[in-house]
Amino acid sequence: MLEAAWLIPAFPLAGFALLVAFGRRLGDPVAGWLATLASAAAFVSTLVVFAGLVGEESESRFFIQHLFTWVAAGSFSVDAGLLVDPLAVTMCLFITGVGTLIHLYSIGYMHGDRNYSKFFVYLNLFVFSMLVLVLGDNMLLTFLGWEGVGACSYLLISFWFTSEANATAGKKAFVTNRVGDFGFMLAMFLLFHEIGSIRYADILTRAGTLSTFAATLAVVLLLLAAAGKSAQLPLYVWLPDAMAGPTPVSALIHAATMVTSGVFLLTRLNPVLAEADVWSRGLVAWIGAGTALFAATVALAQNDIKKVLAYSTVSQLGYLFLAVGVGGYVAAIFHMVTHAFFKALLFLGSGSVIHGMHDEQDMRRMGGLYKFMPITGFTFIVGWLAIAGVFPFSGFWSKDEILLYAWNADNIGGKGLWLVGIVTAVLTAFYMTRQVILTFFGRTRFYDATGAEISEAWSVRIDAVRQEMTAAEVARDKAAEAVDKANADVVKRSEALEAARGEVRQANAAVATSNPADEGHDKLVKTLDKAVKAVPKAEQALAKATDGVAAAEAGVVTATDELDAAVARLDELKARQPALPPLMVTARTPAPDVSEVADHLPASYEHRQEYHPHESPATMTMPLVVLAVLAALGGLLNLPFTSRLKVLEHWLEPSLFGHEAELGASAATKWVLAALALAGAVAAIVVSFRVYLRGRVRPEAIEKPVFAHAWYVDDSYADFFGGPGRRLFDLAAWFDRTIVDGAVRGTATVLSVAGRRLRVAQPGFVRAYATFIGFGTVLVMAWFLVGRLYLRQ
Amino acid sequence: MRVTETWYLTLSAVLFAIGFVGVLVRRNPLVMFMSLELMLNAVNVSFVAFANKLDDIAGQTAVFFVLVVAAAEVVVGLSIVVAVMRRRPSMTADDLRSLKG
Repeated sequence: MLEAAWLIPAFPLAGFALLVAFGRRLGDPVAGWLATLASAAAFVSTLVVFAGLVGEESESRFFIQHLFTWVAAGSFSVDAGLLVDPLAVTMCLFITGVGTLIHLYSIGYMHGDRNYSKFFVYLNLFVFSMLVLVLGDNMLLTFLGWEGVGACSYLLISFWFTSEANATAGKKAFVTNRVGDFGFMLAMFLLFHEIGSIRYADILTRAGTLSTFAATLAVVLLLLAAAGKSAQLPLYVWLPDAMAGPTPVSALIHAATMVTSGVFLLTRLNPVLAEADVWSRGLVAWIGAGTALFAATVALAQNDIKKVLAYSTVSQLGYLFLAVGVGGYVAAIFHMVTHAFFKALLFLGSGSVIHGMHDEQDMRRMGGLYKFMPITGFTFIVGWLAIAGVFPFSGFWSKDEILLYAWNADNIGGKGLWLVGIVTAVLTAFYMTRQVILTFFGRTRFYDATGAEISEAWSVRIDAVRQEMTAAEVARDKAAEAVDKANADVVKRSEALEAARGEVRQANAAVATSNPADEGHDKLVKTLDKAVKAVPKAEQALAKATDGVAAAEAGVVTATDELDAAVARLDELKARQPALPPLMVTARTPAPDVSEVADHLPASYEHRQEYHPHESPATMTMPLVVLAVLAALGGLLNLPFTSRLKVLEHWLEPSLFGHEAELGASAATKWVLAALALAGAVAAIVVSFRVYLRGRVRPEAIEKPVFAHAWYVDDSYADFFGGPGRRLFDLAAWFDRTIVDGAVRGTATVLSVAGRRLRVAQPGFVRAYATFIGFGTVLVMAWFLVGRLYLRQ
Repeated sequence: MRVTETWYLTLSAVLFAIGFVGVLVRRNPLVMFMSLELMLNAVNVSFVAFANKLDDIAGQTAVFFVLVVAAAEVVVGLSIVVAVMRRRPSMTADDLRSLKG
């Protein structure tokens, strides 16, 4: 049955090839089902091989399947072969098992994506590469898989490459990983130089012949490689950014499988670690512990649901390194497996939340989702309890095992490692509780107006007042005009009155001077009467005009008042801060007050009121349920009570060559340590409930800016590589341009100049060539003759 | 007066020199061609002379090869020369210099 091992990577490879050829034609969702089938077939093959391996005697569980000779160069040759041993099969089981569930989940998650089939092409290629990585029987084959998963990771992170941020995140992951790959290559060269082979069968059996120095150097180089791939300090920076990819990718590559390959590598080469100086193992453990604590503090203050999980992953990977460093290989693999279960579960759960929330990833906009998505919520809670280390969920058993081994490792500061580990565990329980509360409980903040919407509404409102003010200004100007007009009218009317009075005087004089006996006298008298009558009329008109002035002036006053009022309102509105949603929330945070601008909220707000978060389809919830069961019961793999229950430990024995650290702690110590870890987790959960569910403590006390900015590590890198680093790169570029390119260009120049000189010897005259040949022949013959006659004597 | 190998070799050398000078000084491709044939046959004469003197058949064998190769060469060379002359009747060898470096 072991001979079926080649089928394990063959199925995903076949799926990849088929999808490359026909993926587009198969389309959505057939392409997804095909890929899932390929992965499931690999899982079944793994089960077959697993059964075969179980059937073997414990000592002979080390099977090498030779496939073909890959590289043959002199005495150096590399076979493409598969190494089937308990470690490789354990890795394969959860790669293909969890991988299949994630494939299944992706069918629903990626539904409707433009590049649906391409996604599954990459996914299958990734599974294939990962299987090559763990099954390869030599370091070069592992390196092939190592680079393969790196390439797939790059392709999948920047899967939605039209956004600049995603493309950058992909590049960042790739470039950061190159630093680690450099360490891998150097370690491989070193081991080849020292042992003369890169086959694991040779390295593992002949590791004892390594000098301490060589082994230590190899461990440091391997640590560099592992730190890149497994996102440890200082190379962790790519993993949080990698969350730009689709969520199933985050689950598959950046939580469950690829990031564990560093730990796998160190575990695979455990005989080399055993030969190395003790400080190098301490370095592994302390880097792991440091990363675990560092990432846990950062996770405290993240608001993106996936960022929390990303930093949590970095933190848990730190745990794995800690375990490897202290020689607890079984604990490392145990935690790796349980972590694959619960972290994949949490990631897929967060993906389900994001899916149901219309691509919202900010936890401050979530809350109260449990009633909308009960399956996602329930399974997420199982994942939370598992990662928090609550009895009897899987995380409790595996984490406890690591802490126990840390406590045991006295030669590298084990008590300190244990302390860091337990603090990390407490922090983990704390931030995961925060995440669960903010996502699933409390008020549903989804319907709240967002900060942008509130700001927009306020600016709309201010604009309205500003318009009122402009209108008042226009009214005031109009009123002022009316006053002017009225004044002009008064002037005109008084002139008219003067004119009327003048006419009366004229008429009077005319009447006085005329003779009443005259014929025209009556006419003059009539004129006088008329003039006298006109005067009161003119007086009336003047009075009316004067009244008009008063009215117009009153209008000006009113308009000015209105304008003043509008200006005052504007100033007041501008002075007041709109009630924006707070930057840090708890379940008790009230909705931002939008009553004042309720009429001005943009359409997006109205749309959201009609949309409701919803549960995801069955293809997405089914993997969640399966993973939840595994996350809950994963502890059964290695129960610490009796020797017989330590299934995983016995199983992995043939791969560890007896390099597993001996536990010296007494049973009482073990119980106390376990109780302490559990008490710490429970206390953290209780405190987190007080802060985030009850709102008793302001979140500002915990979510420090230094955590939110990840201790400014990323910024420092950017500053360094943008400043002094930049100059260094410029120098390298200058060297390349002038010295390296110069040498290449110089060669070309020399040849071209020589050619130009030699051209002269080719005149094109046939007879000239004949002359050359003729005299050349003579010269050659002369040379031979002279040689014969003189030189040979 | 016995005709010795020296005679033959002298004849061969003279013929070869005439052919060589002909190739060098004449410009008509056809004449140059004939001069070339003269040189080849001069060598043939020396081959036969040596074969006779040394009593070795290898010299005569070589002559056969030279004859065959020369015949083939004539076929190719003449056809080229004829083709070129047909296109430009007043052609000299010096005009064929498009391979100038």
